[in-house]
Amino acid sequence: MNKVKSLIGRYRAVIIAGLALAALVVFMPELGPRVGMSLLEQGRTMLLVLPPIFLLLGLLDVWVPRETLMRFMGPGSGFKGLVLSFALGSAAAGPLYGAFPVAAVLMRKGASFSNILIFIGAWSTTKIPMLLFEMNALGVRFALARLAIDIPGIIIIALAIKTVVPKAEIERIYAAAATMDASTPRKS
Amino acid sequence: MDTVMLYIIAAVLIAVSAVKDRDKTRKAVMKGLKSIEGILPQLIVVLIAIAVILSLFDAETISRYLGSGSGLFGVLIAGLVGAITLIPGFVAFPAAGELLRNGAGVLQVATFVSSLMMVGVVTLPMEIKYFGRRAAITRNAVAFAFSFAAALFVAWVVSL
Repeated sequence: MNKVKSLIGRYRAVIIAGLALAALVVFMPELGPRVGMSLLEQGRTMLLVLPPIFLLLGLLDVWVPRETLMRFMGPGSGFKGLVLSFALGSAAAGPLYGAFPVAAVLMRKGASFSNILIFIGAWSTTKIPMLLFEMNALGVRFALARLAIDIPGIIIIALAIKTVVPKAEIERIYAAAATMDASTPRKS
Repeated sequence: MDTVMLYIIAAVLIAVSAVKDRDKTRKAVMKGLKSIEGILPQLIVVLIAIAVILSLFDAETISRYLGSGSGLFGVLIAGLVGAITLIPGFVAFPAAGELLRNGAGVLQVATFVSSLMMVGVVTLPMEIKYFGRRAAITRNAVAFAFSFAAALFVAWVVSL
């Protein structure tokens, strides 16, 4: 009984959003087909992209020891850590929300906050697989110019976040990431 | 395409892992599955929000506002639409290319692409859950401002 209750609690936002969606379709039925198409399309993307990302994440969690990751991406990792964070984010596939759980695992494994921010920035916009798509659709000049300006942009954004977020808050974020660990199911 | 690569990489690594240590592999897979379930509620909400937003702004409406003559107002709209919507790249890039060929301005399209990639209003609640309010809002706000600067640069390079 308690389990069912907590399940409903966790999915409360889903239930509310679902009701809002149903209301929209009832009152504006002409939007129905478009809403349905979008749900199918986006849902397909999520279902396709997320499982392999999460399986890789599980493997990373189990096989890469904290000391190793810390050496490569930790606070003392310097320029090497920055390049690695860029490369890791750029090699990714899938939408930005896929990056958040990965970031949580990297935090738990001891990656520095700056490197996490670089990783998120790279994942959001300098994805290599997407670059080919962009060149194809918008032209080589467009894609390469965007890539060239995005690299300093990502660093600027990371620096801005670092100056705005106080140390205590960063510690809190890391503590939260530790509880988001997949191996300890959230309180139920 | 890149999804296929992702599956191949995941499959190969799981196979290697299973050969090396069956127990650890089982643990890794379980962890992966559990974390999917962990973010499932937020994902479904995001899914519904995107469906509603995309059904309200369709491609024709967007392209009407992003013409090369739309000026500063068009650029601002492009930035806002990019920030709010969440469209996967393999859909967004061809659509943006189509907009360019149909008379949308480079500056407007570049602004749209940049803010689409870097800013995520719909996924903000998820981002806050992982990064806290301050970091998440700062990232999105600075990225939004940066999108305009990046678009100016891209438009300049394309015009050379």
